[in-house]
Amino acid sequence: MTRYVTLSALAVLFLFPLVWSGYASLEEPSNYLEMARFGEGVGTYATNSVLVSVMTVAGTLAVSALGGYGFARFDFPGKNLLFLATLAILMVPYATILIPLYVLLGYLGLQNSLVGLALVFVMFQLPFALFMMRNAFEALPRELEEAALVDGCGTFRAFTRILLRAVRPALITVGLFAFLASWNDFFAPLILLNDGSSFTLPVAVVNMTQQTFGAIDYGMLQSGVMVMAIPCLILFIVLQRHYVRGFMSGALRG
Amino acid sequence: MTLTITRSGRRPAHTPPPARWRSRKVQGWLYAAPTAVIVGVLFLAPLVLVVWMSLNRWPLLGPATFNAPANYLKIADNPLFIDAVLFTLKYTAITTVLLSAVALGLALLVQDRRPGIGFFRTAFFLPGAVGFAAAGLLFYGMLNNDFGPIDPMLQALGITDEPVKWIGTPNMALFSTITLVIWRFAGFNMLILLTGLQAIPAEVYEAAKSDGANRWQIFTRITMPLLRPTMALMLILSVTGSLLAFDQFFVFTNGGPDNSTVSMVMVVYRDAFFRFDLGGAAALSVVLLAALIGLNALMMRRLR
Repeated sequence: MTRYVTLSALAVLFLFPLVWSGYASLEEPSNYLEMARFGEGVGTYATNSVLVSVMTVAGTLAVSALGGYGFARFDFPGKNLLFLATLAILMVPYATILIPLYVLLGYLGLQNSLVGLALVFVMFQLPFALFMMRNAFEALPRELEEAALVDGCGTFRAFTRILLRAVRPALITVGLFAFLASWNDFFAPLILLNDGSSFTLPVAVVNMTQQTFGAIDYGMLQSGVMVMAIPCLILFIVLQRHYVRGFMSGALRG
Repeated sequence: MTLTITRSGRRPAHTPPPARWRSRKVQGWLYAAPTAVIVGVLFLAPLVLVVWMSLNRWPLLGPATFNAPANYLKIADNPLFIDAVLFTLKYTAITTVLLSAVALGLALLVQDRRPGIGFFRTAFFLPGAVGFAAAGLLFYGMLNNDFGPIDPMLQALGITDEPVKWIGTPNMALFSTITLVIWRFAGFNMLILLTGLQAIPAEVYEAAKSDGANRWQIFTRITMPLLRPTMALMLILSVTGSLLAFDQFFVFTNGGPDNSTVSMVMVVYRDAFFRFDLGGAAALSVVLLAALIGLNALMMRRLR
């Protein structure tokens, strides 16, 4: 019984900030209207965030599913080296790689571009995603693939028609991690985007506090927090099972 | 495609590998090609570039000129960076200790399957789903003296008489930031520890109980030693994450008051985009990378 009392008290502490923020944002219904008109309009920033997240999720899924299959089922020269190089991404501080990326994306004509930002997010997701997908493909029985090959499918048709369906749980996990990371990230868009109309939500809303110093509309700020937080909270609650599984199998040993 | 098997069971020395086998090699490369392109262009190339940049005077705009090792030599003259190193180390030490303690407490409380335990696990983790920038802004509002609910609540309970300067003094700013970080990351670390706790076989506990061990003995003699690898992983993640802290200070304290909460990565950012000195920022990042790799190697050796 005391355990439940302790747990409940702690749950109140952990949930209180979220509940308060939701409440504060709704106290004045005009908060959301003002938020909608702020800067280029919250719609622009939300659209940018959605675009970047969709591109990141799609890119991460495509690259890691293809790569995971390649690593699980084929032998090719340089395989181990490429895998190690991918995992090494985890070892390198964010700032170390973002400063040269700012310059490099300029060379590629992708500075201040949502596509460039999404590609950078795909790179940051790859160690975890590739590791997850390789394990998922390795866990499939070989017969599944061989049956398809005997039926005259090429490996690519076997991959798209049969194997992808079989690794769906892993794909959901990878997609969820990619979404949360790209939707929430602050540092990469702060560095890589420099034009107000291409800002994603976190950069735009933080800007709001630092530009209008002294005269911050706190209610509007909390409505910004809610616009950012609610999609993540819903997705997390709905897909929690997949998150925890990805965590247990990939995030830890990766 | 034919498969020739010689009498001896061995392939003649000069026969090329079967076509199918060779094509699988090519296919493997094709599947891995997108990964190779992303890793090569967006990770390995920038890694080389950052080293090259650190050897040049590299303004934000305009041409670069080779000036090695000036960018490295001037690190010692950068008082903001030296202060930032000391501050970041202090922050890392306090955060890691407190965060581990809270996460361990939470993990122990929710480790057994009981009715309703899923709700509590979710409740503790939920802040982790909120972005760090959003969490920083949330606390910024929540701890504001005029707008936030915390000051009135503390005063109503008689704990404080007047509004607290939550981010107004260096110590309070550090304290408030650590509170924010624990709120946001405790559930994440709890989840890590939970995987370790659940990997301990129930028989070990039963054996200890039948030997007459009390709860404290079970915790210190069984749980803690068997949890060591998981704790090590959590410590490495927490130390690395804290040393690279940026969002929490940029969003929540904005480095203040009086630059007292400027972290190392914030100095890198300021050098690059406020002082327009990409070469200097690159040199700082290379130093940061080297230090981090060294530290990680050291921790892995000591903890495993």
